[in-house]
Amino acid sequence: MTDERDFGFHTRSVHAGARPEPTSGARALPIFQTSSYVFEDPESAAAYFNLQEYGNTYSRIMNPTIAALEERIANLEGGVGAVCFASGMAAQTSAFFTLLNPGDHVIASSALYGGTVTQLKHLFRKLSIELTFVSPDNVDEWRSAIKDHTKLLYGETIGNPGGNVLDIEVLANLAHEHGMPLMVDNTFATPYLCRPMEFGADIVVYSTTKFLGGHGTSIGGAVTDSGEFNWSNGRYPVIAEPSDAYHGLAFHETFGIYGYLMKLRAETLRDLGACMSPFNAFLFAQGIETLPLRMRQHVSNAERVAQFLSEHPMIESVSYPGLETNLYKPLVDKYLPKGAGAVFCFDLPGGREAGQQFIRSLTLFSHLANVGDAKSLVIHPATTTHRQLSDDELLATGIGPGTVRVSIGIEDADDLIWDLEQGLAAITE
Amino acid sequence: MNIADYQSPEVIQAALSERRIAIVGLSSNELRASNFVGYYMRRHNYDVIPVNPREQEILGNTCYSSLTEVPGDVDVVDVFRASDAVPAIAREALEIGAKYLWLQFGVISEEGIRIAEEGGLQLIVDRCLKVEHARYIGRMHWLGFNTQVISAERKPAV
Repeated sequence: MTDERDFGFHTRSVHAGARPEPTSGARALPIFQTSSYVFEDPESAAAYFNLQEYGNTYSRIMNPTIAALEERIANLEGGVGAVCFASGMAAQTSAFFTLLNPGDHVIASSALYGGTVTQLKHLFRKLSIELTFVSPDNVDEWRSAIKDHTKLLYGETIGNPGGNVLDIEVLANLAHEHGMPLMVDNTFATPYLCRPMEFGADIVVYSTTKFLGGHGTSIGGAVTDSGEFNWSNGRYPVIAEPSDAYHGLAFHETFGIYGYLMKLRAETLRDLGACMSPFNAFLFAQGIETLPLRMRQHVSNAERVAQFLSEHPMIESVSYPGLETNLYKPLVDKYLPKGAGAVFCFDLPGGREAGQQFIRSLTLFSHLANVGDAKSLVIHPATTTHRQLSDDELLATGIGPGTVRVSIGIEDADDLIWDLEQGLAAITE
Repeated sequence: MNIADYQSPEVIQAALSERRIAIVGLSSNELRASNFVGYYMRRHNYDVIPVNPREQEILGNTCYSSLTEVPGDVDVVDVFRASDAVPAIAREALEIGAKYLWLQFGVISEEGIRIAEEGGLQLIVDRCLKVEHARYIGRMHWLGFNTQVISAERKPAV
């Protein structure tokens, strides 16, 4: 019998979604490495495909290992459920795709992960979705961009790589005043540092590749839903009206607070097919067991390293929003009281050559294109991800020739500072 | 009125341990939520009694035009009607000696709740019978939903 206890975040990180496996008693989460499932009888098979009964059909759409991860993420976030995908990009695409039609309009923060900007600008425009990018910090810009056919507001809790912090509550209120949902990418914060739904966000998306998985082993993504948005308000016939793609089912009317996620799974995941692998789901679920422990160490190390860099005479600027002097500190106090994450940028003097020399001289920091690993990571955008851009073009994207992005791991902070010191010394030699 | 007072996991699980459920407003349309719930509960061996004045038979069971016409005892009265129909349904549920009045998502009536409570009915409000069954006994977690069940107890396969 379940009592009414509200279990804590650490307990839920370890237990949510994964009760002992009933057939074998296995305590660790089993990896159900199967494409498909034998039906008990023809009536059950029909009931599963009709969504009249919860039953496994095919691992593109559902799988018990992935389901455990989905429930764990939904539980930590405070959502009614989650659907996992092959990558964060696939999760985000599918979250958009489920609620948009050609001709719809989306308003997004201009300070987003570069891959997201490319996806919105090019892929979604190709699908006749209209985009407006606005300053994440200026609510008037968001408000004046709203049109009759606007369907969604979108931003990142902590922007990549600029470290801007989204004023979630203000934007959620604005979206709701206009009968729209707010979707937030919470990858950099994780539900341990911030739960956007508690401030009114309706849909929260993740790259599980980053801090949720935490060890840089696998690519994955997730979409969670608060279940509180009224899709039957007249603005979202794509969810409220009977669906031709599911024999006339009206997802919101039939499944209520679960309607958006049912459609996301039964139609979008089914049709786009970007499913997560069960093995990756196992690694992510295991990673989340230690999420709160890791995040505390990530944040405490990031605060030490950012402080060190901000006091270093060679460093021109540090974008860590947790620093007392940072523009976003008041928003950090409100939305991220446990810390502002562990990814930020700083500017070296001396341009591209200095950036490369710095990276060459590091011992502990791994030079690669990822964030949110237990290991500390570093990248110099001007000579890697943004290599094709001129110095002027770089500056327009907010990246200088000497900008370095770091993702602070869970090593000893003193060792990380030692490593950065020797990198900085190498530039001056 | 605080709706959360009528969503107690203990009361929900006690209602689910009963067997005879009258569904008021059960639709014969297979795409309606009420039909999903009726189909599902029948599949899980509940005795589902349709109550709908416009139908003769739903899901293979005889349909009654009101609760008072249902022969025999009714344990749970599950309501898929507009909220303003709830007070009359609550009176009928009391008249036939039902134990639980279960109001589905969005069916919320302060007067109906008061009548049911004063008459001694146990109440569940703004919750779905199918979802709650699947949460505690069924397979809700297979679709990635948040059951909020945290337990290291080994349960039989479902």
